[in-house]
Amino acid sequence: MKKSRRSFLKAAGVSALGIGVAPAIQAVASSGSTPAALAAKTKHPEALTAHRWGMVIDTSKITDEVAENIVHACRKAHNVPDLNHEPDPEKYPKTRPVNHNQEVKWIWEEHFESAFPDKEDEFLAERFKELPFLVTCNHCKNAPCVQACPTQATFKREDGIVLMDFHRCIGCRFCMAACPFGSRSFNFRDPRPFIEEINPDFPTRSKGVVEKCNLCAERLAKGLQPACADVSEGAIVVGDLEDPNSEVRELLNEKYSIRRKQELGTEPSVYYIM
Amino acid sequence: MSKNAIIAGLAAFVIAALFPFWFNLGGTDAAPEPELSAKAKAAGKCVLDKYDMRANHMSLLDEWRDAVVRDADRKYDAANGKQFQMSLSTGEDSCLGCHEDKEKFCDKCHTYASVDPYCWECHTTPKEINQ
Repeated sequence: MKKSRRSFLKAAGVSALGIGVAPAIQAVASSGSTPAALAAKTKHPEALTAHRWGMVIDTSKITDEVAENIVHACRKAHNVPDLNHEPDPEKYPKTRPVNHNQEVKWIWEEHFESAFPDKEDEFLAERFKELPFLVTCNHCKNAPCVQACPTQATFKREDGIVLMDFHRCIGCRFCMAACPFGSRSFNFRDPRPFIEEINPDFPTRSKGVVEKCNLCAERLAKGLQPACADVSEGAIVVGDLEDPNSEVRELLNEKYSIRRKQELGTEPSVYYIM
Repeated sequence: MSKNAIIAGLAAFVIAALFPFWFNLGGTDAAPEPELSAKAKAAGKCVLDKYDMRANHMSLLDEWRDAVVRDADRKYDAANGKQFQMSLSTGEDSCLGCHEDKEKFCDKCHTYASVDPYCWECHTTPKEINQ
């Protein structure tokens, strides 16, 4: 059989076109029909959202009792271990003796001079020296822990929450070195024996993982206020810092507030009304 | 001359190389069937169909984890029309909410296949809490 150059080029052109187009057609044809593509992942309609979550703590409303309730509520909500808790010998027979200086902290009480070392003063009002100041992760706008994390286990969510993916944490503790607020704790041992009562609604952590406050992301997703705000009797308000009409912005408008270690430029999202 | 030695050597090599095959001939147990809880049986449908689930549940869980932690999406509208909470162990419509017994459902196959996922170092099961 003889073929002219023209007919050969024609055939070659058509087949080249066919080879190029086939994968595209296949992709379009199959994309609509796989189960995974038909499924949708969405937020619950009742979920609370914000452009940048922030917290306002009214220091005048925090008494010792309120502070204790808040810390306790947070521990319970997130299965935060208490290394001073005596483990149940039946359930955990092989638990080694514990170093009671170890701590795992999400929200905790601090004295003024430790919470605001730059604002300490010889003639500071007496009442500030006695008041319990609640400190926690500041969910900084420029979070140094996020920059330090080599695995992106710590990251900044779109709504401003500095969150951890515990699955991904390799326990290098760069974030702990980077955080100027000491808001992160490392699990030097399996935390489970030291949890008084395990809350089934939140996982525990495992040995070798860092943890910190998550601004109750799991509660916000269900339309609930964070656990600390819930039991604070109005002392803690959580809301959208970017929304000028939000409760937090109104509070900040009315009263004088300070933030921790502002001079470092991490832009904390936790404000203290004095 | 050396023909016999070569053939004997070859035979020994073939037998040795096929050791895993003939060693396991007839001696293996049948793969276990995961036991469905009454609740799972009543529900009828899972997130994906049975065989897809068997093959791909690990990548589904991986996808779910990223969606929940990174994007704050927690609701899953499955292709079969059912809705789920994208969670392994918390809440009624999570995995464990339906497949209540981890030992009979997860562990049965995982143990058989020598798979040791570390989900349960952090995620809790109701049984474990109440024991």
